[in-house]
This record gives sequence, C-alpha cells and structure tokens, in this order.
Amino acid sequence: MSNFFSSSIGKKIIMSITGLFLILFLLLHLSINLLLIFSAEAFNTASHFMATNPVLKVMQYVLAAGFIIHITWASLLTLQNQAARPIKYNTNSPARNSTWSSRNMFILGSLIFIFLVIHLSDFFYVMKFGDMAGKSDYELVTSTFKIWYYALIYIVGFVFLGLHLSHSFHSAFQTIGLNNKIWMKRLKVIGTIYLFIVCIGFAIIPLYFLIPELF
Amino acid sequence: MKLKLKIWRQKNRNSKGKFEIYDLDNVSEEMTFLEMLDYLNSKLILEDKEPVAFDSDCREGICGMCGLYINGRTHGPEKEVTTCQLSMKAFKDRSTITVEPWRSKAFPVIKDLVVDRTSFDQLIQAGGYISADTGAAPEANSIIIKKETVDRAFDAGICIGCGACVATCKNASAMLFVGSKVTQLALLPQGKAEATIRAISMVAKMDELGFGNCTNTGACEAECPKGISISNIAKLNREYLYAKIQD
Ligand code: HEM
Ligand code: FES
Repeated sequence: MSNFFSSSIGKKIIMSITGLFLILFLLLHLSINLLLIFSAEAFNTASHFMATNPVLKVMQYVLAAGFIIHITWASLLTLQNQAARPIKYNTNSPARNSTWSSRNMFILGSLIFIFLVIHLSDFFYVMKFGDMAGKSDYELVTSTFKIWYYALIYIVGFVFLGLHLSHSFHSAFQTIGLNNKIWMKRLKVIGTIYLFIVCIGFAIIPLYFLIPELF
Repeated sequence: MKLKLKIWRQKNRNSKGKFEIYDLDNVSEEMTFLEMLDYLNSKLILEDKEPVAFDSDCREGICGMCGLYINGRTHGPEKEVTTCQLSMKAFKDRSTITVEPWRSKAFPVIKDLVVDRTSFDQLIQAGGYISADTGAAPEANSIIIKKETVDRAFDAGICIGCGACVATCKNASAMLFVGSKVTQLALLPQGKAEATIRAISMVAKMDELGFGNCTNTGACEAECPKGISISNIAKLNREYLYAKIQD
C-alpha cells in the first residue's frame, strides 16, 4: 500500500469514505432532530444519551475527525486541481457538459462549513460548555428556531447541503470503484431520494417552530 | 458566411501570446472547421502574414491529432465529433468564433493552437501496452473471450488520444484517458498479466505529470468525440485499489 494515500486516487478515496461517513451521520442526526416535533422529553433523553454514552462520546471525536479530514483533503485537492490549469480559457461553456454543483463542490463545502460554525456555536458549544440558564436542550433548540433569521440561516444551510449532496452520493461510489453504466443511474436516483429526505426533513423542523410564531 | 474569428496566437513555448481578430468572408457551409482555417491561412500567406499553426493529420476523426477549444467547447459545439469532422453548418453567419488551444499544465502550448501532448505518450509508455514475445502469431481462436467482454474492451479502446477529456475537465484530469486504457487491457486475457503493475505505474505517471484529480463531473464523457464512458474511471479506481491492496 506504499504511496497509496499520496496518490490522486488515494486522496479521492479518502474524500469518498469520509463523505459517506458524513452521509450516514446526517441520517442519525435527522432521526434525533425529528423527535423535536413529537416529544420534548424524547428529544431531551436522546440528546442526553448522545452526550453521555461512552461509545457515542468516542464517536464525537471520530465525527470531528471525519469533518476535519474531509475539509483538509478537499482543500488540498482543490488547490492541486487549480494548479493543473495555470492559464484559464478565455471563453468557456462548462454548463453544456456538467452540473453547476459538480463544478462548485468546494464553494458549496465552504458555505456548509460556515453554517457548521454557526450551528456548533448555537447548540453544541452552549450545551457542552456554555450557560444553559436552566433551559433543557429542547428549550434551547426550539427557542432558537422561533427567531426568524436563525430559522432562515438553517434553511439556507440545508439548501447548500442539498446542492453538495446532489453531486455527492453517486460520486462517492464512483470514486471507490463501485459503479458502472447501469449503477450510475440507480445511484443518482438513490442519491436524490436521500437528498430530499435529509434536506426536507431538516428544514421542516425550524419551520414547525417558526410558523406558529408568525401568526 | 461572414465570420469574425478570435484566435489565440503565440510565437513559441516561452512567448506570452494573445488573441488576434480576423474577419473572414465567403466561408462556405460545406467546409469543415479545419478547411475554414486552411482558407484563412491561404489568405494570411497572400498578405505576407504568419499562418495560424494548428495540428491535424487524418482529417477523418480517427488519428486524434486535431483538437481545438471552439467557443468554450472541446472540438466545438457538436456531439461526438472531432474538430476535423466539425462542419461549418454548426455556426451562424456573422457570428464570432473564439478558438483557443487546449489549456492544461501537462499540455503546454508550442505555437498558436498547437499543444505538446508528449505527456500522453509518457502515460502509454508507463504501462499502456502488453508485453508479447516475438515469433509466429498464435492461433487467434485458441483464446476464447466473451462477446460482452470484447465489446466493453472495444468501447474503451476506441480512444484516439486527442486530449479533449483533459482539455474540458475543470481539473485538467487525465482519468478518462488512463481509465480507458487500463480498462481495455485489464478486460482482455493478453492484458491481464500486467494489470496490477499497469494500474500502479500509469497512475503514478499521471500524478507526476501534473494532471489534476478527478472530481467525477462527467464533463470528459460528455465531450469525448468517441463517447467513452466514465464507467471506465470507476473501473480504473477499482483496478488501482485492488492493485494497491496486493502491492
Ligand atoms: C455534512 C457535510 C458533508 C457531507 C455529507 C459531504 C459529503 C461529500 C461526499 C459524499 C463527497 C463525494 C466524495 C467523492 O466524490 O468521492 C463530497 C465531496 C466533496 N466535499 Fe463534502 N461533504 C460535507 C461537507 C463538506 C465540507 C464542510 C467541505 C469543505 C470544504 C466539503 C468539500 C467537499 C469537496 C471539495 C468535495 C469534492 C472533492 C472531490 O471530488 O475530490 N464537504 N462531500
Ligand atoms: S485530424 Fe485525425 S482526428 Fe482530426
């Protein structure tokens, strides 16, 4: 396996594996968040369990590592890719041969990263290190979503995530070699279903708490 | 047709180069794109000006020598044609056509629209071949290969090496070129023996030559004049992973 991780394909496989791990994580995250709609108690219990269970505590570090590796390698690959074409075209029509998202994964990723910083400082940081002022996790989250501009930040964040995901799922399988002409079509369909479940699922939650506030 | 041509002119490897504008009258729709450039050059020569340098050889879409970036697309606006097969019917009267050379670190411009594609030769030298003993040719029918396998190998082996995949890729990646060669040879019994070493050597060479990393945008497949599928890139990734696990 010498030089595997420094080769172009090796680096891409790192992107793919970390990306697929994040895709799985989003499903778990969404399942817990949906509890917010059904029961405050269930959400608080799940949230408490996530924060205290020793296995999940370790998983927090794995998750952080997943993000850090995904972002570091994304930056490295993007810089290398820019260097591979030192002189740009004067006239270029890339829209005729590829999707906008596929060409702008780094920009979309960076926007997701900004969202992530806001998101972690809103909730994760406050729950773990901040002053909860006697609020439960449920109260903290729902009171935030009742502020319209916070709800908006979250919804816009999911749009960026959705665009990133629109080129993620099939691309990750292509990278690890689990693809061919027939599976490409299937993977694109599965990826699109996943994308809509995740993005609509996440977006419903702030809307659920915000809309009653508006009337 | 009356055309305005905006063409990249560059004296040699080291000079800076810039666009020149040429007005060209009486272009026939029946011409191919290269014939149109020949026509421009014949005029430039009569005016004692330096003709525009561009590559071509067979002019029937099989050798892979020609290749221009026309109005922001490799080999121009039509699907699955090379520049030499491109008809002037694809363009409107009184339009402006921008013509640029392939742009990639691994394909430096030599003169005007001509680029140095030695890097593709180096990739082939790194492993895009099979080793065969000399002597009498063996009986061809003694090696049985499934029809579907032959078809898949053929679909990959149809690459003419024009470099459009690199030129169109936003990362200037050579994965489709390497992928189609690795796939073609890995599928056939004659190529299987060296499949592992081939995948490793060709990928190492590709990285060394300064091609970018594939991000699966699919632009190469969309622009390839032979319609080669990016499923060959998935196969390359698979072959490479498998080779490295054994390594
Ligand atoms: C929860 C968040 C995220 C998920 C689920 C995710 C998922 C993925 C997946 C599955 C891929 C495809 C990998 C491949 O083509 O092999 C990918 C590619 C990419 N991601 Fe993310 N990602 C996330 C966040 C980010 C962030 C924060 C960045 C920051 C810059 C980023 C930058 C990129 C880039 C540049 C690519 C393309 C890389 C390439 O194809 O070489 N992503 N992502
Ligand atoms: S000149 Fe041979 S392919 Fe165009």
